[in-house]
Amino acid sequence: MTAHHAAAGNSPARNLLLFSSIPLLILLVGFLQSWNVALAILNMGLISAIMAIGVNIQWGYAGLFNIGVMGFVALGGLAAVVVSMPPVDEAWAAGGLGVLAALALGAATIAAAVALFRRMAPGRRRTLAIGVLLLAGFALFRAVFDPAVEAIERVDPAATGYLGGLGLPILLAWPVGGLLAAGAAWIVGKTALGLRSDYLAIATLGISEIIIAMLKNEDWLSRGVKNVIGLPRPVPYEVDLQASAGFVDFASGLGLDPAEASSLAVKLAYAALFLIVLLALLWLAEKALNSPWGRMMRAIRDNETAAEAMGKNVTLRHLQVFIIGSAVCGLAGAMMTTLDGQLTPGSYQPLRFTFLVWVMVIVGGSGNNWGSVLGGFLIWFAWVEAEPAGRWLMDVLTSGMSDDSALRAHLLENAAHMRMIAMGMLLLLVLRFSPRGLIPEVVRR
Amino acid sequence: MELLNAFVALANFVLVPATAYGAQLALGALGVTLIYGILRFSNFAHGDTMAFGAMFTILATWALQAAGVGLGPLPTALLALPVGIAATAALVLLTDRFVYRFYRARRVVPVIMVVASMGVMFVTNGLVRLIIGPGDQRFADGERFIISAREFKRLSGLDEGLAIRTTQGLTLVTAVVVVALLFWFLNRTRTGKSMRAFSDNEDLALLSGINPERVVAITWVIVAALATIAGVLYGLDKSFKPFTYFQLLLPIFAAAIVGGLGSPLGAIAGGFVIAFSEVAVTYAFKKVLGYLLPQTLAPDGLVQLLSTDYKFAVSFVILVIVLLVRPTGLFRGKAV
Repeated sequence: MTAHHAAAGNSPARNLLLFSSIPLLILLVGFLQSWNVALAILNMGLISAIMAIGVNIQWGYAGLFNIGVMGFVALGGLAAVVVSMPPVDEAWAAGGLGVLAALALGAATIAAAVALFRRMAPGRRRTLAIGVLLLAGFALFRAVFDPAVEAIERVDPAATGYLGGLGLPILLAWPVGGLLAAGAAWIVGKTALGLRSDYLAIATLGISEIIIAMLKNEDWLSRGVKNVIGLPRPVPYEVDLQASAGFVDFASGLGLDPAEASSLAVKLAYAALFLIVLLALLWLAEKALNSPWGRMMRAIRDNETAAEAMGKNVTLRHLQVFIIGSAVCGLAGAMMTTLDGQLTPGSYQPLRFTFLVWVMVIVGGSGNNWGSVLGGFLIWFAWVEAEPAGRWLMDVLTSGMSDDSALRAHLLENAAHMRMIAMGMLLLLVLRFSPRGLIPEVVRR
Repeated sequence: MELLNAFVALANFVLVPATAYGAQLALGALGVTLIYGILRFSNFAHGDTMAFGAMFTILATWALQAAGVGLGPLPTALLALPVGIAATAALVLLTDRFVYRFYRARRVVPVIMVVASMGVMFVTNGLVRLIIGPGDQRFADGERFIISAREFKRLSGLDEGLAIRTTQGLTLVTAVVVVALLFWFLNRTRTGKSMRAFSDNEDLALLSGINPERVVAITWVIVAALATIAGVLYGLDKSFKPFTYFQLLLPIFAAAIVGGLGSPLGAIAGGFVIAFSEVAVTYAFKKVLGYLLPQTLAPDGLVQLLSTDYKFAVSFVILVIVLLVRPTGLFRGKAV
């Protein structure tokens, strides 16, 4: 067994070596650049690792191709706002009930349409009945929804103009983010699973674009592009730490400036919270992978026909694993928005939030959760550090040109985009020459 | 008169723009569907291939404009098109040689090819942003309108104007010519027939002596031409911005799936279905209804089903309906 692992390049010593690169890189940044940057990379690395685990659950366990990670991450961000921000009472009074009633109407219309679809015999009459019902329901929905939204958005638009949240502790938003993402995943999975694998990819691409459009435009819910800033925190504020005599003494005892020490302490507190979530998730994911359920998932992934012949419901299992993986992405999204302290719908870019996570999973090792964690850290590190590195490289490459050369200025200005080329090349190279990634999946016999 | 005004308003804001947009989507979807039929995977790099082709055409257009070469009333970009097609053909042939051929020889499951196409998308996207930058580029020149709204009003005496931009007319004419050429090639020439045979039954085609690598290479060149033309027409009609080309991926794939993946005829039908639904659902019908209904019934609101920010939702909903009701698409594509 051990010999087999060693042959597959999966020896414990090698893995230990690979994992020790993470603290090493963080320390290196700490000593060479700044400890604030080092801890910022660590925190986003932890969140990236969780996103990568989410995608790995879908891709590594079941071979499902999800390119809508961004949407599920953004839903987690929305959860952070809806759970933690204080409610805007005036807005609730102006249109809260109207919005709730409209949403209930919308849900009832869809439920009625589904009931009609099930009850009536297929044919032209059914299509017509459902069409009329949906149109009438939509008109009714808009008639209730539009005035309510207008009333809400008129309430002090510069400061609020939205319903606010529930005013609950923001840590609660983390599981809620997972639930929201799971709901969206259920809708997508119900329609696109059981068909060709590419169809799921297109459907997830679509839902993620729609979720981002919703966050940008539904001002009553998320303030849209006006952003929600100043989310409550699960950790102390820097100013409070600086005001506390005990903390200032502690910091000076370490030879640190209180301002810098407070910022480091806050980042460390976040890192501790994220680490707890990551370890819990890893434990659960490994448990699941090594259980009969995990064996069944791998069997389905490796040979759907055989698994189906053994009486496994492949589509149902795919739906299950798709929902779980998306929920993990939603959880990571809520954590990220908590760390940022703000929801900025304009900042969700598919290249950053979907495709980069895919690079993490493929490079780390598809099917291996530890690989995803490693990939999450290393790729995030590379992504952050590639920007200055790319600019430096372009500077060296173009140093032969004169300083006022327009081409040189243009190349330097756009050098930041070189990291996309680098990431794409990395993905292609790993996929081709080392498709099992840095920490390959453990093949159990 | 009211009826005519309503129709002209509808044509001006819905029919004409949707026809141009539909032709652009159809050309894009043809590229996706050809790759799917011959190479048997969904090429997620297609949107960025379109951006790459459009970018090279724009660079050549700028060079021509600087040299004072033009086409009079037509956009100079038409002259520059062959340069863009050649550059894009070189790019896709290179990616095929260094990325896809390896997986094809191993007959891997299609989803691995899709993941590889994601890597290609990343690289192409980075190249485009590195070379031309992420911002908006305008490169349309020549006559702006075939007929402007004011001219139409003067000629017809109606209250409503109908404007047809040169780029819209050009899009339609080019699309018709390109599609006619493509179908002639697929149905009448020996090479085209061998491509269709390869798409229908790979093993049988190999048995009858068709060289698969040649078929694949020709497919890529055709796809490069289609993608470049679609990208340039879209850029002329709206504007060129790398990110919008990435976002076009969703309506293009929706069009190809609605028509039936692998069916060229379906891709064209799908392109128009998606374009007309998108424009009609996001258009405010207040004006049109204002002409049609008696004064007392005239609507107060905009009568707009969805705001234009949700145009992706239209492609998505149509996609979902097709997947639920008829996953093979309108024209019975290859596989489910």
